[in-house]
Amino acid sequence: MKEWQPKILAFLCNWCSYAGADLAGVSRIQYPPNIRVIRVPCSGRIDPIFVLKCLENGFDGVLVSGCHPGDCHYISGNYVARRKFAVLKAILEFIGIEPGRVQFSWVSAGEGEKFAQVISKVTEDIKELGPAKRLVKSF
Amino acid sequence: MDNIEKELRTVIAKLFEEKKIDLVIGYTKGTLPLVSTPIFLKEEKDVDKLIFDVSCGNNLVKYLKRHRIVNMKDTKVAIIAKGCDGRAIVQYIAEGQIKRDDVLIIGVPCEGVVDPKKIRSKTNGKEVSQYRIEDKKIILKGNDFEISLNKSDVLSDFCLRCRYPNAPLYDIFITEPTKSVGTKDEYEKVNEFEKLTSSQRWQYFENEMSKCLRCYACRNACPMCYCEDCFVDQSNPQWFGKGTDLSDTIIFHIVRVIHTAGRCVDCGACARACPVNIELDLLNTKAGKEIQERFGYTPGLDPDETPAMAAYDAEDKQEFIL
Repeated sequence: MKEWQPKILAFLCNWCSYAGADLAGVSRIQYPPNIRVIRVPCSGRIDPIFVLKCLENGFDGVLVSGCHPGDCHYISGNYVARRKFAVLKAILEFIGIEPGRVQFSWVSAGEGEKFAQVISKVTEDIKELGPAKRLVKSF
Repeated sequence: MDNIEKELRTVIAKLFEEKKIDLVIGYTKGTLPLVSTPIFLKEEKDVDKLIFDVSCGNNLVKYLKRHRIVNMKDTKVAIIAKGCDGRAIVQYIAEGQIKRDDVLIIGVPCEGVVDPKKIRSKTNGKEVSQYRIEDKKIILKGNDFEISLNKSDVLSDFCLRCRYPNAPLYDIFITEPTKSVGTKDEYEKVNEFEKLTSSQRWQYFENEMSKCLRCYACRNACPMCYCEDCFVDQSNPQWFGKGTDLSDTIIFHIVRVIHTAGRCVDCGACARACPVNIELDLLNTKAGKEIQERFGYTPGLDPDETPAMAAYDAEDKQEFIL
């Protein structure tokens, strides 16, 4: 039987992580094909509702990736996002969502290699956790 | 307590007489003993209806925004504020919802309010018709019984761990600010809960949230839930189903906690309003603890400080980011 493959949604910021993913692509670096990418203008665009909605609709994991602190195209978008993520992650873990389900990373436009590593790590973590059961809505 | 009420009435009568105020938001006796009800006083002759004692649980600050009272022209509003109401007002000012001069704050020394649910369990559901306070005891009288209980046994959990019994900002203070504060550790319940395993915690929340009727009483009672258009009511996009689907319900509670994180003043209005006794404070306190530990911010104390979630610091901890 084929190994179970998780579905992971990745929110990538337009200015850094999305370009980082692009660089990983043009450099032909190999990484797992489990992510579906949504390009957002900035990691500050991510409302915690988006992440929760992904889990509710059956994604096995969510990754949010933005520019390194200090590199934000909009100066402070990722600083504000960082506070939101800290609270979101703490609350999710508190109610009993496994820590690896929702992850955050900073990947710059020049870090194609790091992008591939991040995706490999997130995919491995979620494979270990197995399919998401908590918060998933049955339609 | 009696002299607090007496002084409260005198002060407010005088304010009406001097035409310094047109409206007072306060408490009056409710239809059931131990449950007071909010009152909107417009005339001096009604001041005797005002009360202040252990039954005054509601957070009155909610009405400032809900009925747009602060924006009524030519109406000077006064509000009676316990510690938590006072903090909610400060938070409103910090968030730019009202100005300091919009409202006259009458501080009252609060020594805790009772939790009617605890009383019901102590009297085995028998109806209490009278009550009086004697020092640290509360004496309850009903049709065929009279019992004396320790006040600390029937006070609301929020009051037992209260750190700020007096309003941080006030124009007039009735009698003296009290020194008495809650004796329990603020984060005791949260710390205990954190020791459980992830699946035990999930189990607990699943059980607890499956009771939820989605009546939104918690949101309606919360002074910090003042959005004109709440995310659960939005239909374009519609974020959540309207039914009582468990995932929808849990997500509603998570998002409400995130929206009030770093703003919640721990007044307990949500838990008091809940018809099915969900322990709503657990999540709120957790968010408060996280904000306090990470960003060193306590809501509702300083009207000039930017709220934690609207500010940032380049040096914020980021151990959780890859």
